[in-house]
Amino acid sequence: MDLKRLKSFLSQNAIYLVLFVLIAAIAITDSRFFSIVCLRDILLQSATRVIIALGAAFVLITAGTDLSSGRMVGFAAVISASMLQIPDYACRFFPNLPQIPLWIPILLSILVGLLFGLINGCIVARFSVPPFIATLGTMVIIYGINSIYFSLPPNNSQPIGGLRPDFTNLGSGAIGTGEYSLPYIVLIAIAVAAIVWVVFNKTQLGKNMYAIGGNVNAAKVSGINVSRNLLYIYAIAGALYGLAGVLEAARTGGATNNYGNMYELDAIAACVVGGVSTAGGIGTVAGVLAGVLIFSVINYGLTFIGVNPYWQLIIKGLIIIIAVAFDIRKYLAKR
Amino acid sequence: MSEFLLEMRQITKEFPGVKALDQVDLKVRPGTVHALMGENGAGKSTLMKCLFGIYKPDEGEIYLNGQKVVINNSKDALQYGISMIHQELHPVPHRNVMENMWLGRFPLKKFGPFSLIDDQKMYQDTQQLFQSLQMDLEPKTIVGSMSVSKVQAMEIAKAVSYNAKVIVMDEPTSSLTENEVEHLFQIINEMKRRGVAVIYISHKMEEILQISDEVTIMRDGKYIGTWAASELTTDLIIARMVGRDLTNRYPERTNQPGKTVLRVEHLSSSFEKSFQDVSFELRQGEILGVGGLVGAQRTELIEALFGLRSIASGNIYLNDQLVKIKSPVTAIKHKLALLTEERRVTGVFPMLSVMENTVIANLYRYIKPYKLLDEKKRKEDAASSIARLRVKTPSINTLIKDLSGGNQQKVLFARWLLTEPEILLLDEPTRGIDVGAKFEIYSIIAELAKQGKSIIMISSEMPELLGMSDRIMVMCEGRLSGVVDGRVATQEEIIRLATRFMS
Repeated sequence: MDLKRLKSFLSQNAIYLVLFVLIAAIAITDSRFFSIVCLRDILLQSATRVIIALGAAFVLITAGTDLSSGRMVGFAAVISASMLQIPDYACRFFPNLPQIPLWIPILLSILVGLLFGLINGCIVARFSVPPFIATLGTMVIIYGINSIYFSLPPNNSQPIGGLRPDFTNLGSGAIGTGEYSLPYIVLIAIAVAAIVWVVFNKTQLGKNMYAIGGNVNAAKVSGINVSRNLLYIYAIAGALYGLAGVLEAARTGGATNNYGNMYELDAIAACVVGGVSTAGGIGTVAGVLAGVLIFSVINYGLTFIGVNPYWQLIIKGLIIIIAVAFDIRKYLAKR
Repeated sequence: MSEFLLEMRQITKEFPGVKALDQVDLKVRPGTVHALMGENGAGKSTLMKCLFGIYKPDEGEIYLNGQKVVINNSKDALQYGISMIHQELHPVPHRNVMENMWLGRFPLKKFGPFSLIDDQKMYQDTQQLFQSLQMDLEPKTIVGSMSVSKVQAMEIAKAVSYNAKVIVMDEPTSSLTENEVEHLFQIINEMKRRGVAVIYISHKMEEILQISDEVTIMRDGKYIGTWAASELTTDLIIARMVGRDLTNRYPERTNQPGKTVLRVEHLSSSFEKSFQDVSFELRQGEILGVGGLVGAQRTELIEALFGLRSIASGNIYLNDQLVKIKSPVTAIKHKLALLTEERRVTGVFPMLSVMENTVIANLYRYIKPYKLLDEKKRKEDAASSIARLRVKTPSINTLIKDLSGGNQQKVLFARWLLTEPEILLLDEPTRGIDVGAKFEIYSIIAELAKQGKSIIMISSEMPELLGMSDRIMVMCEGRLSGVVDGRVATQEEIIRLATRFMS
């Protein structure tokens, strides 16, 4: 009996154990890993990824998938950066744009994400195109639109630089100084995670999301407007990608049309490793956070102890497969 | 106020080639349990689907409290206070009880400008409801981890919370233990006290006589009559369910059963609720019918013979050789063939041609050097075998989905005959096939038996079992309840065996 309980505990919490073992293994190799600087760096690296992954989780829990997230991040980064350059920078995207309040381009970028999310939702819910295909299409389209925008004269596809300090401060600034400081973007990510937790657990939209992913017919019979809920969910996901794009531009102090490339796969990988089921109906905010942290720990920790980056890729891939192979055992139907 | 809570008058529903309902009446009084009875295929489910707006009746009217209503979908039905507890329940498995109960109408509370879900109210309302119904359920249990009986209780509570006036229960006791049935009956009595009308569909005679006030019997899509349960006995019900003239015709059979080819000893499934301790023999050139009600585990048994389901204990002998069949690949090697019940789900490849569908189980025979397939031979074999079975198709390149059900079934016969089987397992071989094509399928089965093939045929149609089988084995709740001689058996005998172990 005790063995059974241990087994069930292990399979329920496998993801957190993996995270723990990884940190322990790295720390044993190099004890300097246990430092506040390292912890902050890992959190800093995770911040925007958490926001993207939470957006992806919304869609995955409805039994959908979103391939367009990375390109939305890229487009939002380019839009916000193009409007927030310092006045005397040599090659400005909009040479005559005055100093506008910080929040206008940020809000605009988030709204663009929301709009593309709505389009995704509309294609999926109203035209019944499978989410994989719908978002594959919009992924390519958004990259196209972003590249046209990026190649407008006078910019002509030059990387956008010279961002305003009040903007970059958002990405690199922190509360407090030195060792005991907390970067703004980490705070933003924590706030987003808290809000998403409330949406998942305390709102009608969240419960409907789980119901739609868990058994769409039960949802319909219970009088839930499935297509409207899907529309909202894809739109919220889009807005989160928009926010993440803004923060990426602020953090790196620039943007190109290739920003966000392949982020969609990182986001989906973090979700599934964190226990979100691609079959729908299952997933928690805590799981997604753990999933993102695992990949950040791998990235940062393995570099820290000097593992060859190509080997890191192999380890990452193996973790995705093994985590899901374990996870799926919980749900495999017997006959 | 009308005497009846629900009246369905003169409901007629026709499907291509079948009159599923022919002027059927159902009149249910408030605060009573009304049993709806009939053999498989008598039209009970179709009638209930008309009540729920899943099907639109061609003729007839529905009245609630004397008011005429039109029900277009299940949401309408819920709004009129009609709920259904399905045989296969459909909750959201990963979420908890209270979320399933209030799905689509969660209680909300204001939190500044936002509406958040009022977990506390939801919990209390659920608790209260369970208490008033004396159900032992915990609102926060994850539904997927609960027993069928608890999920069922939850669904009943959900129906009550919708203020249901009419609750339909389709085979509610099919997967319950005796104690659970007792508890269900307590709940049903509580429903009666509240003035709810319960439409109760079941095959279990004693249960029906115990719980119901009135019984309506249907046969072949027709309304036979409604009686007070107190006037009925098991024998009377069976006689009224069966009493039909045999209009179906069967081909003459000249097969001669020979030596035993298959012997099954004490076969038990790994799952408690499935088949247990089944032993039987099959002889060469014999047609062995398998009778029983839905849920008797007949499909599970023959799928286990074909290696599709796991076996806990027992032995299978083919020609006196002990064999272990762990997968369909081994089964085919042992010269077994299986025509599944759900032709569309596990039989045809709808988007492939008749030719591809015919040779698919046999591709290894056509491999030429370099792993290429011998196109010419494939076409020849497909063409000759579908000609032999008289499949009506424009060409062998027609997509199989464009053929009628009967012709699709013949293609499946052709597919399996190409593997040159000795034993054919047929699961409801004429389901969904119109009457004319049925005769052709029967002729094929009779001809195969004459050639010395051995056949196990599951059928829920009584005349078909009696008309086609040399012997009939009858199952009930996973156990073998008897074997009868097909030439002298009667429908009454089979129904009695099919309900033998039921409480």
